[in-house]
Amino acid sequence: MTPVLEARNLKRDYHIPGSLLKKAKTVHAVKGVSFKVEQGKTLSIVGESGCGKSTLARMVTMIDPVTSGEMLIDGQKVDIVAEPLSSDMRSKVQIVFQNPYGSLNPRKKIGDILTEPLIINTKIPAAERRDRAMAMLKKVGLEEKHYSRYPHMFSGGQRQRVAIARALMLNPRLLVLDEPVSALDLSVQAQVLNLLADLQEEFHLTYVFISHDLSVVRHISDDVMVMYFGEAVEYGSRDQVFGDPQHSYTKTLFAATPRVDVEAIKARLERRKRA
Amino acid sequence: MSLLEIQNLVVEFQTASGPFRAVDGVSLKVDEGEVLAIVGESGSGKSVSMLAAMGLLPWTAKVTADKLTFYGRDMQSMSDAERRKIIGKEISMIFQEPVASLNPCFTVGYQIEEVLRVHTDLDRKARRARAIELFQLVGIPNPEERLGHYPHQMSGGQCQRVMIATALACNPKLLIADEPTTALDVTIQKQILDLLMKLQAEHGMGLIMITHDMGVVAETADRVIVQYKGRKIEEADVLSLFENPKSVYTKALLSALPENAVGGRLPTITEKLTDQQIFEGAVR
Repeated sequence: MTPVLEARNLKRDYHIPGSLLKKAKTVHAVKGVSFKVEQGKTLSIVGESGCGKSTLARMVTMIDPVTSGEMLIDGQKVDIVAEPLSSDMRSKVQIVFQNPYGSLNPRKKIGDILTEPLIINTKIPAAERRDRAMAMLKKVGLEEKHYSRYPHMFSGGQRQRVAIARALMLNPRLLVLDEPVSALDLSVQAQVLNLLADLQEEFHLTYVFISHDLSVVRHISDDVMVMYFGEAVEYGSRDQVFGDPQHSYTKTLFAATPRVDVEAIKARLERRKRA
Repeated sequence: MSLLEIQNLVVEFQTASGPFRAVDGVSLKVDEGEVLAIVGESGSGKSVSMLAAMGLLPWTAKVTADKLTFYGRDMQSMSDAERRKIIGKEISMIFQEPVASLNPCFTVGYQIEEVLRVHTDLDRKARRARAIELFQLVGIPNPEERLGHYPHQMSGGQCQRVMIATALACNPKLLIADEPTTALDVTIQKQILDLLMKLQAEHGMGLIMITHDMGVVAETADRVIVQYKGRKIEEADVLSLFENPKSVYTKALLSALPENAVGGRLPTITEKLTDQQIFEGAVR
């Protein structure tokens, strides 16, 4: 079976133009990463801010072109510089951004937000667009009455549901989730993660999940890739990476993650008493 | 004597649809050298209650409390001028967004020295020396040079260190940290938390840690208060809270942690809990 997404040695450079006083500079944001995601699986990409994980997300979503390397979606080579993308290809990959407060247009009703991808990419008539949006609202746990409301009337968790619904309107093969739960409260985070798991099962979706929260990654992923300064320093199945981390950065990352088990608290209190 | 004591604090905001109660009868106490964590989801009133205690809320807020004392001094009857002498000196606060809470128009050195100019009688040279000393304390490399930098020239983690240095400038007795690491990466979060805990232990400060991250609570707190919609739901020492949570809400909150997931799904009991069940299940 061809994987839904395959990347071979992907690179992305950003050129910062010079001025009178500054020399031009090239930033190598992503320095050649390769990975593969099969249908229905979740690949998590972990790393600290500035390590290139969001750049990678933008390349996979075909927002930014790749500088070099190959990207195949459903076995088809994608190069957005060489030729404009067909709306078919566009529909295959969708993205959910980190901050649901920033990614929904405050001047549009939820219904308009949900039907816009259909207007742009398909020739579906208005009545059917509406029906599809209504059905999707229910799928993500909202109600039909929410169709004509504005984003400010919703809580953060509900907004993220709207953003997920919008991403699913075109029946994508691949969903890129760029820190979808890091702006949400703990209990809301659990609801959204459950929703994502349900949707994955129902539509056989493939996820690329970007996060810096290791406990969430451990919960949701099949494969994990750890990035550090634009390079993939570790790539393997979840159990491999969490069970036996090889790279020193991965180990640092694990050590830095706060632990909530009772033993860890006891050990800390003991240390504190002695100090 | 306890450092900060609050009894039955109520904060109300006037809105178009009538008064909104952001904090509803919260009582708390912090002793010297103690780390108290206040946990809650957004809208639980955890930040507002601390801002109210410091008198930093706008005039639209109505703050009432049966008791609001710092070192036995009544903070409510105090004049503004008197209160300003305490705030920033004996009680100081670190905010969530380090980059946003520094003034972009002034160098970080100026902003630290400003605190010293207002609260101490150090002269210019001594202030400079103290600022350098503070930067070393919080682990900012080559402080002499760094003092001349503007906030935008520093990373988020460095800005948070500057905020901590500013807060510690006058050796406060009580430090309130409002989500000090939420905007930071895990590796930087670890460094900042370690730094805060080290400084807390060295100076014997009282520390109030406001957070929604159970991981941060587990790593730092002695005692924990759980808040929901402006009310206190549970208060316990950290070990018994995690080992044996008493209230329904705390139990639900802890079970929603991804590390406690059973199989593919996370239990989301909070979804099914009504406000009434949460409040009735409160253990105060």
